[in-house]
Amino acid sequence: MAITRRKLIQAAGAGIGASALGFPAILRAQGDAIRLGLLTVKTGPLASGGLDMERALVMYLRERGNTIAGRKIELFVADTAGVAATARTKTQELVEKNRVQALIGPLDAGSALAIDDYIRAQQIPTMSVAAAEDMTQRKPNPWFVRATSTSSQSAHGMADYSARTLKYQRMAVIADDIPYGHEMVAGFQRVFEEAGGKIVQKLFPPLTVPDYGTYLAQMNQKIDGIFLGFAGSNGFRWLRQFNEYGLKGKTNVVGGMTALDEAVLRNMGDEALGILTACWYSAEIDNPVNRKFSPAFRAEAKYDPGFYAAATYVNGAVFQAAMEAVKGKIEDKSGFMNALRALKVDTCRGPVAFDTYGNVVGNVYIRKVERKEGRLVNSVIHTYPNVSQFWTYKPEEFLKNPVYSRDWPPAKNLES
Amino acid sequence: MRPAAWGVIATVLAGIPLIAGDYYVNFTSQIFIAAIFAASLNLLVGYGGLPSLGHASYLGVAAYLSAWLYLKLGLAHWMTAPIALAATTLMAGLFGLIALRATGLGFLMLTLALSQVLWGTAYRWVSVTEGDNGLRGMTRPAPFGVSLENPAAFYYFALAITLLALWLMAKFVGSAFGATLRGTRDEARRMSALGHDVWLVRWITFVYSGFWGAVSGLLFVYYHKYIHPASLSLTSSAEALIGVIAGGSGTLAGPLIGSAIVMILKNYVSSYIERWNMLLGFVFIGIVIFMPDGLVPGIRRFRTRWWARWKARRS
Repeated sequence: MAITRRKLIQAAGAGIGASALGFPAILRAQGDAIRLGLLTVKTGPLASGGLDMERALVMYLRERGNTIAGRKIELFVADTAGVAATARTKTQELVEKNRVQALIGPLDAGSALAIDDYIRAQQIPTMSVAAAEDMTQRKPNPWFVRATSTSSQSAHGMADYSARTLKYQRMAVIADDIPYGHEMVAGFQRVFEEAGGKIVQKLFPPLTVPDYGTYLAQMNQKIDGIFLGFAGSNGFRWLRQFNEYGLKGKTNVVGGMTALDEAVLRNMGDEALGILTACWYSAEIDNPVNRKFSPAFRAEAKYDPGFYAAATYVNGAVFQAAMEAVKGKIEDKSGFMNALRALKVDTCRGPVAFDTYGNVVGNVYIRKVERKEGRLVNSVIHTYPNVSQFWTYKPEEFLKNPVYSRDWPPAKNLES
Repeated sequence: MRPAAWGVIATVLAGIPLIAGDYYVNFTSQIFIAAIFAASLNLLVGYGGLPSLGHASYLGVAAYLSAWLYLKLGLAHWMTAPIALAATTLMAGLFGLIALRATGLGFLMLTLALSQVLWGTAYRWVSVTEGDNGLRGMTRPAPFGVSLENPAAFYYFALAITLLALWLMAKFVGSAFGATLRGTRDEARRMSALGHDVWLVRWITFVYSGFWGAVSGLLFVYYHKYIHPASLSLTSSAEALIGVIAGGSGTLAGPLIGSAIVMILKNYVSSYIERWNMLLGFVFIGIVIFMPDGLVPGIRRFRTRWWARWKARRS
């Protein structure tokens, strides 16, 4: 079958035709719908939180008839799988293929850092869930706001509460060996030690460690309490082993914002009772928005909303407030961004406003695990109102220090 | 394939940025990068009979090196690229010394072990690699003053490098040395008896393959402007290996088709199907059942058979 010229032309024509079909033109009518992207995680170890993020945001939009500030909202959901390179590709897909005008997410710090320069270059207003400190501190991104919290924002409050109210003097900290864990316990350590306490032990088990036995065995026994900086289901796994080793009652346990999240609390038993954690949200908060949201989410999902569900529900409210401020004109990107940074809105976590770096100033709650109507809940026992990412420090002085890490602030009181 | 068919393919490839949106242009650029990566792995797997599960090492190290030199030492791109390529190739030489102490399963485990060491280092050596945060802030070079920030510009750049890479790899396997390499794959002892230094042939191939892996790593970091330890992980190596085997190892076009399929499933189909991993598994199993030696040889065989039958009916 020799290829004749006619056949070649036919083939080339068919090829171009096929590629034209395969590549739908981007210049379709834009319509009036606003295209909103959600970067979440639906596969892999972070999927449970990621699915909650999608569920809560879909709920938020549905409650408003998918219309905000008089304009229809079209939601595009992308799965980053918690992998940085995939997050990048998926963000490009949302921006270049789906033409989204604003983003909510991503979930994890790695993904947020991976898309940092891209959202800057493309100028996409992004409402993040990821906690990476420097995104709103030493390397703030003008297109990035965070209505949830930095890694250490809630831990500062827990440290203050541990030192001043609980009167703990000697504490150990344990967290996953990832930047989120390092940043959280670093913030805890700084505030706790400046309030007169001593961190005598720091433990960083790998994120996917199968067994906490060796870490429990080496735990310092002469402490008043241990702070858990875990994410995902690790808090639950650690606590179960802590209980099995007969350590319950021997020392006090307090935790950060994801250690005993509602998403894992439902799998726990009485061993969790009485544990204190600090977070910017609890399904038990009593405010007008949450009185509706929490039962509605429970009715749909059969469990309480936690960190991740609240994160997108709060971001939904933030998005709506900014949209209303610009009367739906999201096409004016910098106008929308200015409105976003200037807004004040009541959400299910309480009032939300942003500092000049784009990070939230909002309440942090100290919560205690209690049994209520047969299930475990995080009851609010104390509120730190309007907490900034800089705690009580002056931003300029705070930013002169290096970012929180495994080695900063230096731990001077370690005993091994 | 006939020159006319090449002409059609070249026309379509050159025309993509003219008719397709940015997303598809970027997507095709990523397929090019994956194709170089898979083709370099194919030199080992397909032509050398040396299954490697650690090929991500070369992609990752070249990417990390160039990003680190650029970000931390402030070197220019024209300096970081050759340094990264040379250092990675050197590393491939050292790794070859270790991994080629065995063949078959032993070789597989050694390459895996070496790449896991690098992966662990990237995660743990936070002061250099920034660990789980990855290195960010990389820029794309501007060869001859043409900025590659534009998707179409990067596309043509990647296309040019890909064509060069594939051409040089085709030259390599088509040469007398390539024939020797295939000989060591099929009849290592006989080649040895014929006076060929089997080990040296394999080592040279290992280094050459590592070099092209490094080239794909440079393109990778230029494209993403970001590098994370996940690029050094077992998953990254395994995806390339799946691409090579699905497309047809030991063929020139196989890894291109295979890696394109993996990329399409991973980055495009995954928007519609949440469990794309499962789908990739099914596609792979399907290929292995119906075309055990991969898509390209399978289709070729199918076509010959169909052609013979058609001819027989006519006569």
